[in-house]
Amino acid sequence: MRNESLKDIAIKELLLQLADDDFIHSYRGAEWLGLAPHIEEDVASASISQDTMGHAAIYYKLLDELGEDDADKLAHDRPAKERRNAIILELVNGPGYYLKDPEYDWAFAVVRNYFYTQAKAIKVQSLHSCSYEPLAEVAQKVQMELYYHLMHWKTWFVQLLGSGHLEAVSRMKAAIGKTMPDFAGVFSLGQYGEEMVELGLIEGEADLQKKWIEAITPIFESVGLATTIEIGMARGDGRNGQHTEDLEKALETLSEVYATDKAASW
Amino acid sequence: MSTIQLNTEEIYKLLEDVKDPEIDTVSILDLGMVEDVTVSGQDVSVKMLPTFLGCPALSIIQKNVETALRELPAVRNVNVEFLRSPSWTSDRITEKGKAGLKVFGISPPPRQMKSDGSWHVDCPYCESTYVTMENIFGPTACRSILYCKSCKNPFEAMKPMIKMI
Repeated sequence: MRNESLKDIAIKELLLQLADDDFIHSYRGAEWLGLAPHIEEDVASASISQDTMGHAAIYYKLLDELGEDDADKLAHDRPAKERRNAIILELVNGPGYYLKDPEYDWAFAVVRNYFYTQAKAIKVQSLHSCSYEPLAEVAQKVQMELYYHLMHWKTWFVQLLGSGHLEAVSRMKAAIGKTMPDFAGVFSLGQYGEEMVELGLIEGEADLQKKWIEAITPIFESVGLATTIEIGMARGDGRNGQHTEDLEKALETLSEVYATDKAASW
Repeated sequence: MSTIQLNTEEIYKLLEDVKDPEIDTVSILDLGMVEDVTVSGQDVSVKMLPTFLGCPALSIIQKNVETALRELPAVRNVNVEFLRSPSWTSDRITEKGKAGLKVFGISPPPRQMKSDGSWHVDCPYCESTYVTMENIFGPTACRSILYCKSCKNPFEAMKPMIKMI
């Protein structure tokens, strides 16, 4: 029987959520390599994905230090039902496969990346005053790197919606329509959410969500979008292990090399 | 039998020869990556700060530090550790480091950004201020790509990494 305090469980749950979000987000970003709209974007989005994978790795490392498995095992060797990432982050970039007939949706990538990066910035800001000191320290560093990510995705978002180009605007609106119904999953803190807030680890879901809406509302207004922002968890809460087939397939692909020899050193 | 005494100055001198794996004109000391060096008998402990969390050069740098220090016959154990805190910021790069970056064709980061979050760097080749940012993101996490409209050279600049509130 595990004899863990509620505090330990809450810290680990929060770290898993942060790590798994960044891990799958980085993976979906990396799938754009060679497919991004132009070469500068290929460099930029690959660099952002690399940073983001670094963020996932440092959260996994904190878990390792708390007695959980090592980072490689946590990243590669957990089935979908044990993952805590939000469902919106695991959804495929579009039909097809990156090596064969990828019909990826750049508008969806921009919307999801901008929404998520803004949400992450708000969470990371909240983590500055996290009562678990190692996480507060990591948050400082993550925020510095995130500054560039947010600037990048905000620019794309405003450019495409403010372009006046009919196709760009309609595709962006469709992407927003696709992202909103599941986006509340990013703010979910899962079954130990109340404990996390009581222990001073992070602000509550409602507060984080409110700050996010405050941050994106002026951007929506600047491109003439209606400002009623309603988000939900249509497909369920990833924090409690609910996921789609998209995640299972992604995990299968990304752990293919790891699974061939789990004892190999990297 | 007398043992050879190690001192920290000696260690720092060796670390001057450990260069950035991709920029051979700048050492890890010049970049401000070394936070602390302690010597205890024949054991050396080096505490370092990662420039970017996902930088793939970190493990290479760690190995290069270990290899360099083990060359001293008086050294028995080397322990290299990356710290979580304080965060590395670009103002840790020394004047020597900035000069080394320029020699390599990379503009050093400015000390601060303007109030709107933008920043300016000059061309490392002709010093012109007539430059454009082509891509904030570059070949590595810490660099951006720019173009000089005066001497028509593309060049890179190290991103400013500044502590935010």
